[in-house]
Amino acid sequence: MTIDIDDRIIAIIAEQAMLTPVDVSREHTLADLGIDSLGLVESIFAIEEAFDISIPFNANEPTTGDFDISSVDSIITAVKALIAARK
Amino acid sequence: MTVKRVVITGAGTINALGHDVATTLEAMREGRCGIGPLDIRDVDRLSVQIGGQVRDYDEHAHFNRQQISLYDRFTQFTLLAAKQAVDQSGLVFAGELAAKSGVILGTAGGGVQTWDENYRAVYEEGKNRVHPFVVPKLMNNAAASHVSMDWNLKGPSFTVATACASSNHAMGLAFHMIRSGMCSAMITGGSESMLCFGGVKAWEGLRVMSKDACRPFSATRNGMVQGEGAGVFVFEDYEHARARGAEILAEVAGFAMTSDAADIVMPSKQGAARAITGAMKDGGIARDAVGYINAHGTGTAANDKTECAAVADAFGAHADRLMISSTKSMHGHLIGGTGAVELLACIMALRDGVIAPTIGYEEPDPECALDVVPNVARDAKVDVVLSNAFAFGGLNAVLALKRV
Repeated sequence: MTIDIDDRIIAIIAEQAMLTPVDVSREHTLADLGIDSLGLVESIFAIEEAFDISIPFNANEPTTGDFDISSVDSIITAVKALIAARK
Repeated sequence: MTVKRVVITGAGTINALGHDVATTLEAMREGRCGIGPLDIRDVDRLSVQIGGQVRDYDEHAHFNRQQISLYDRFTQFTLLAAKQAVDQSGLVFAGELAAKSGVILGTAGGGVQTWDENYRAVYEEGKNRVHPFVVPKLMNNAAASHVSMDWNLKGPSFTVATACASSNHAMGLAFHMIRSGMCSAMITGGSESMLCFGGVKAWEGLRVMSKDACRPFSATRNGMVQGEGAGVFVFEDYEHARARGAEILAEVAGFAMTSDAADIVMPSKQGAARAITGAMKDGGIARDAVGYINAHGTGTAANDKTECAAVADAFGAHADRLMISSTKSMHGHLIGGTGAVELLACIMALRDGVIAPTIGYEEPDPECALDVVPNVARDAKVDVVLSNAFAFGGLNAVLALKRV
């Protein structure tokens, strides 16, 4: 199940970056992958839809919220926390 | 081609700060905030629950049943503001004047409330029948058409939709039509009313909205807040206005529009700076003459820093001497109607010597290091002012006004 979540998030980010999932590593930042602010908002929407969660994210203050978008890994960790909180 | 001078001889509005110009300007002088909890259906399902809503408004107090079946809320606001403006101007449109007068209005969404109500009826409630006037009620030109009918305006009339710059584009085109001699008078400005479930939900999706307040230029800003309402003006050939002894509120001196040709949502410093510079050049205005700018100032991270950088580029050292404020902090962002309501602050600066403040200002942002007239209105004599509008889609429109 855990692996499934990781893979699904990476697949969403890869699709946004127009890459294949194998080219996306957990250490990458979204900027590394060429994802801009609009791409970020679209990725967050796709993740919310995929896991039926609500992600607290305001594009005006991307780094101040509880949802850490600094890397693929931090996004995976934050999404898992939101999924756990929902249960 | 003769070049005519263009002046404003009437103004009207309804917005979150008031139902007429006097009340609105008083609120701006006092730095009053018209933004509050939204009172709309299904607000509990919205993550953004505030807005600059028009309060204490009863459509039945202004319009009969037949009119209401044809007037979306954005049209109602337009007609109320237009009546104030035309009444103030004292113009009576008949004969040659009627043939040489028209209506150019801005709106981004048109009859959004009508779309929303009727989608709800057919999708949510499963109805298979809608009111026969849904189309003439929701169409973007409904407001412009009803103004033309109410006031017998038989010249060019149409609606401009350039998102957040709609009103400025509309007023700029009205200015051009009079300046070129094509028209003698134009009813112009804009209107918007998308504070309904679907309208706010769509904006939520972009994640640029604030959940608590609009704080333009403040380091603590966290997004825009939507407003609603209308601003409508009578633009008139100066000689025509003078010949009939009309009271002149201000002169429309210059206008420029540019396109960023870059990004669908992110603003561009170069595109904005070119529009600012272009409006001054168009009006033969030296940059040192500009005393006040009514900013686009949405309260988003991106707009405010880009706008300040554009002003710094366009004005050089003078950028530190002029005043720039965003009245969206008080009435919210009226989207397609915003430039029209904001033009009232420009007229107040020129006529009354009062600069409307940017309220909600908490902390300086080094990327917005201009005199943003924080929180409290200021007395100052200014001779030339600008009004900025920079829309999604990279479409920029800047007006220059002068005292007469």
